[in-house]
Amino acid sequence: MAALRSSASRLVVGAASRPTLRPVAAAAARGMATVSDDKPRLKTFQIYRWNPETPTEKPRMQSYTLDLNKTGPMVLDALIRIKNEQDPTLTFRRSCREGICGSCAMNINGTNTLACLCRIPKDDGADMKIYPLPHTYVVKDLVPDLTHFYKQYKSIKPYLQRDTPAPDGKEYRQTREDRKKLDGLYECILCACCSTSCPSYWWNSEEYLGPAILLQSYRWLVDSRDEKTAERKDALNNSMSLYRCHTILNCTRTCPKGLNPGKAISEIKKSMAF
Amino acid sequence: MIAQRAGTTALRRLAGHPNAFFTANVAKFGVAKPLSTSQARPGVQTEKISNSEAASLLAAQRLRRPVSPHLAIYDKGQTWFGNSILTRFTGGVLSGSLYAFAAAYLAAPYLGWHLESASLVAAFGALPVAAKVGLKTLAAWPFAFHVVSGTRYLIYDLGIGFARKTVIKTEWYILGTSIVGALGLVLFL
Repeated sequence: MAALRSSASRLVVGAASRPTLRPVAAAAARGMATVSDDKPRLKTFQIYRWNPETPTEKPRMQSYTLDLNKTGPMVLDALIRIKNEQDPTLTFRRSCREGICGSCAMNINGTNTLACLCRIPKDDGADMKIYPLPHTYVVKDLVPDLTHFYKQYKSIKPYLQRDTPAPDGKEYRQTREDRKKLDGLYECILCACCSTSCPSYWWNSEEYLGPAILLQSYRWLVDSRDEKTAERKDALNNSMSLYRCHTILNCTRTCPKGLNPGKAISEIKKSMAF
Repeated sequence: MIAQRAGTTALRRLAGHPNAFFTANVAKFGVAKPLSTSQARPGVQTEKISNSEAASLLAAQRLRRPVSPHLAIYDKGQTWFGNSILTRFTGGVLSGSLYAFAAAYLAAPYLGWHLESASLVAAFGALPVAAKVGLKTLAAWPFAFHVVSGTRYLIYDLGIGFARKTVIKTEWYILGTSIVGALGLVLFL
């Protein structure tokens, strides 16, 4: 294991080390990328490393080189391959590998995104730089501590609040138009890419709720079935919770699900003002 | 993961029949067993601890966690050279220079400075052309940029222009119009 940990050794895992998982014929029949005999297309990944077991050691960048001919198309494929074949101590969160769980949110080449939805750029010779979500406490390597983020989510009471029973005694109905207002809001997976891209959130995360949580706030504010709209607005009506948003819009530019937290915050501000 | 597990299992099976991969890596890893994805850690023992001990351990760990890098690594176009911060910087420069000039104007009679319009105009007129253009640009571009970008922020407050493409496009438009506007102010005013 000690040999694997040293950052100086740049292992290039060659063709021989790739186990053939299924017969070649089957792979070709399914139209999968076949292992070509072309010269290897090497790509170096520089990855942020920090180990809680040696907390006095400064965080460092460690380089790993992979042959893209034998790696899946996404950054998560590369990370999994590095962990499997080069360095089992590399730590990151992942689960669904299709952009629905939000576990593999990280900072890739300067912007936050989900590793599973981010393609490895093929043709540039530049190294890929991978960091944990910016301005978060690091648990280990690429794993950020999102405790405070989840606490903030809890603080906005993200559930339907009603005092009156349903008129028909069965379910709370809403019009098609009202339902449409929730589109672009309910899809949020709380990956924290937007919140940790926001400079305002970097400096004021203790009190400012941040784009992800405010988008969720708006999701309950516009819900026609919710009856605590006034209380929800009241909770946001202070200098910090909402108004630390300066419309920088890094949130909108970074959202891996293509949602628009900046627009949602602007709608909250409008509804508070008019 | 299931695919990888399958790979591991295949490897273990292959261990009985050494192949190219296996023999190539025996020396590298210094162990006579196949590469495994499971983290076998010989010598590591786990111990049971109570909830309160676990909590204090977590608290101790949290105290030592580093903050991940932010301004140093985030896309410079969205931080240092982003529209938002440039609007703030130009606003700071404009209001700062106004305050500085106003304070100097107040203090001028006591310090014997001549900051009256007439003497300033005369002093500026005596400068070479390059210095004139440079000084005017220094004042004109921050002004033009702040006006155009500030107007966009007023439009944002109406909830307009938030589509991702629009956000990126308007940033370039603002840069373009601010340069054209600054040139106009420098050359024709």
